[in-house]
Amino acid sequence: MTLELEHFLTVGALLFSLGLFVALSKRNAIGVLMGVELMLNAVNLTLLSFSRFSVSERPVAGQTFVVFVITVAAAEAAVALALAVSVYRNRQTVDIDRINLLKS
Amino acid sequence: MEGFGVNFAFWTLSAVTLGAAGGVVVSRNLLHAVLFLILAFIGVAGFFVLLSAEFIAMAQVIIYVGAISVLVLFAVLLTPRAGRDNGETAMALPALLLAIAVATVFIFVVNDTNWTTVAKSPELATAELGTALLSTWVLPFELASVLLTAALVGAIMLVRSREEEAEDALA
Amino acid sequence: MALPTLVTEHWYDLRDLSNLSREILEGADKILPHGIVYVLAALIGFVASFLIFVLPSQLIVGVYGERKLIGRMQSRYGPNRVGPFGLLQPIADAIKLMQKEALTPKGADRAVMYLAPIIFVAPAVLLFAVIPFGPKMILADINPALLYFLAVSSLPVLAAFMAGWSANNKYSLFGAMRIVAMSISYEVPLVLALLGVVLFTGTTSLQEMVLWQKHFDIWIVFLQPLALAIYFIAVSAELNRTPTDIAEAESEIVAGYLTEYSGMKWGLFYGMDIGYALAASAFAATVFLGGWSMFGLDKWVPPWMIIIGKTHLFYFVFIWTRGTLPRLRIDQLMAFAWKFMLPVALLNLVLVATERMLWVEQELDDSYLYIFAVVNIWAALGAIWAWSRFLGYRPERNPVRARLVNEAGGYVPVPEAAKGGK
Repeated sequence: MTLELEHFLTVGALLFSLGLFVALSKRNAIGVLMGVELMLNAVNLTLLSFSRFSVSERPVAGQTFVVFVITVAAAEAAVALALAVSVYRNRQTVDIDRINLLKS
Repeated sequence: MEGFGVNFAFWTLSAVTLGAAGGVVVSRNLLHAVLFLILAFIGVAGFFVLLSAEFIAMAQVIIYVGAISVLVLFAVLLTPRAGRDNGETAMALPALLLAIAVATVFIFVVNDTNWTTVAKSPELATAELGTALLSTWVLPFELASVLLTAALVGAIMLVRSREEEAEDALA
Repeated sequence: MALPTLVTEHWYDLRDLSNLSREILEGADKILPHGIVYVLAALIGFVASFLIFVLPSQLIVGVYGERKLIGRMQSRYGPNRVGPFGLLQPIADAIKLMQKEALTPKGADRAVMYLAPIIFVAPAVLLFAVIPFGPKMILADINPALLYFLAVSSLPVLAAFMAGWSANNKYSLFGAMRIVAMSISYEVPLVLALLGVVLFTGTTSLQEMVLWQKHFDIWIVFLQPLALAIYFIAVSAELNRTPTDIAEAESEIVAGYLTEYSGMKWGLFYGMDIGYALAASAFAATVFLGGWSMFGLDKWVPPWMIIIGKTHLFYFVFIWTRGTLPRLRIDQLMAFAWKFMLPVALLNLVLVATERMLWVEQELDDSYLYIFAVVNIWAALGAIWAWSRFLGYRPERNPVRARLVNEAGGYVPVPEAAKGGK
C-alpha cells in the first residue's frame, strides 16, 4: 500500500493524545514533564510530515521550525527539572497533589 | 511512498512509538516510564529518517536521547524521598476523556481534509538547512541561543543549594 | 569530490573487498530463488567482518594485546600459559565466562537488568556502519554520518545507566550516576572539537572527509591538533578508559555499574567496551588521520588494511594511557571538562573559523594549508601550555580545608589515646 500524509498525521495525533493524557493525569511532576515532551515530539512529527508531503516554495521551512522546537524543548526540560528539584528541596515531594501551599 | 521496506518501517515504527508511549502511560514505576519515553524518542527519530530529514533525526537522538532523557533521569534520582510510582491523580478520567476527544477530532480532521500532496520528497541537503537558519531565520536563531543561555543560568540558580552558596561566600 | 578511480571492478582486486562480495552475490542471485540473496549477504558480511575485524581486532588486539602490553608496561609477562605466547587466552576467557552463572541479585529489577547488556551491545555494532573502509567499502554512506556517530555513541550510556540502576546496589547506582554525569559533561567539548573539523572540511559525511584529506594531501590532525587532543580525552572519558574510568573505579566503588553482573552478561559489557574503543579509534582515524588514504600508498596497499592499521595505532594509545596514567578523581575530571577542555575547544573553534574564512574569502592558495598547519600546531601547544601554567589547578595554590568525616554526617570512633590526653 502507499503511505500518505494521513498515515503520518494519524500517528502524530495519537502520540499527541497519549502525551496529553500523561501530562494531565500523572501525579509526579517529572511524569507531567514527560507528557509534555511526548506532545512536543508529536508536533515535530506533524511538522516534518507536512514539510515532506506538501507543496511549498520553501521546503526547508518545516525542518527549520523543528530545529527551533527541539531547542525550546531542551531549554524547557532543563528549567522544569530544575524547578522539580527545587520544589523537592523545600517540600520533600514532587507530587503535584501535595504541592498546595496556597490552598487554605 | 511505496515499497515493502518503507511500509514495513512505517508500521514497525508506529507500533514501537505508540507502544512505548502507551508504556509511559501504564507503567507504575517512574524509571520504567523514563525508559519507555526514551524508546518513544528513538521511534520518532526513525519516523524522521523515513520522512527524509536525516539531520533532524540525528539531532533528535543526540538532544532527546542523549541530553533530555539524561536530565530526566537525573531529576528522578535527585528526588530520592519522593514517590517513585507513576500513578494518576483524581483527574485521570476527565483527562482520559479529553485525550480521546482530542484524538478523535484530530483523526477526523486529518482523514476528512483533502490534502494536496507531492509524491516525491523535496531534495534537501543539510547545507540548505544551515543556510536557511543563518539567513532567513537568523533572528529567531539568535533568540534561541539567548533563550538557551537564560534557561541554563536559570536552571543553575534554581538548583543551587544553601550549602553551596555558603561555601561560595566563604571562598 | 568524485571518487578516485584507482580501484578496478574485477573481483580479484582485493584492494576493495566490495567487488568480491558483489560478484558472489550477483552470481548467487542467478542460481538461487529470489530473496535468499539477502540472507546470504548478511551471512557473508558476518563472516567477513568476523574474519577481518572481530577476530584480529577485538580478540587478538583488544583482549590479548591489551593485557600483554599492559603487562609489559608494568614489568609483568601478561598472559603466557594458554597456547603459543598465550594467544588462546581470549578464547579460554570466553569459555570460562560462558560457564559462569549469571547471578541476578534479590530485589533487582530483573527485566531491566537482563536488557541492559543487550542494549549495550547493539550500538557498538551500529557504529561501524558509517566508517569507510575503502573507496566503496562502506555500508551506509549517509550524509550526516558524523552526527550519526555522535547520536549512536550516546546510547550505551543509557544502557550503562540501566545496568547500574537495576542492580539495586548503591555502588552500581554511584557508577551509573557518574557515567551519566561524565558523558553529558564531555559531550560538549567533544562536539565543539568535531565542529571545528566540520567547519573546515565543509561536510559531515565521513567518506567526503577522507576524500578531502586525500585531495589536499594533508591530514586534519596537522591542521587541528587541538581538536584531536580534545577528542581523544573526551572520548576516553565517555568510554570509561582507565585514566578516566571513574564510573567503574574499582578502588572507590567496587566495580561501578558492573558490580552485580557476572558470567556472560559481564562478558558482553567487557567485550563491547573494547568494541566501543575500537569504534572510537576507527572514527578518529577516519576524521583526523586520513581514513583509508595514505598519501598515495593506498594505490598499492589495500585501503582497508591502512585504516585497520590506523585504528590499531589509536587503540595502542588508549592502552598506553591506561598502562601509565593514574586514575583521576571525579571532581578533578569534572573540573577538567568544564574549566580546561571547554575553553580550549572554543579557542580552537574561533581559530579554525578565522582560518576557514581567510582561506575561502581571500581565495588563498592550497599551499596556505601548510602555513595554517604550522600556526595551529604552535597555537595548540601554546594554548595547552598557557592554560595549564596560568589557570590550571594547583593544589598548593588552592588550599581547600579538609572536611572532617563527622562534619559531613559520618561517625568517627575517637581513639583511646585522644580521649585520655592532657
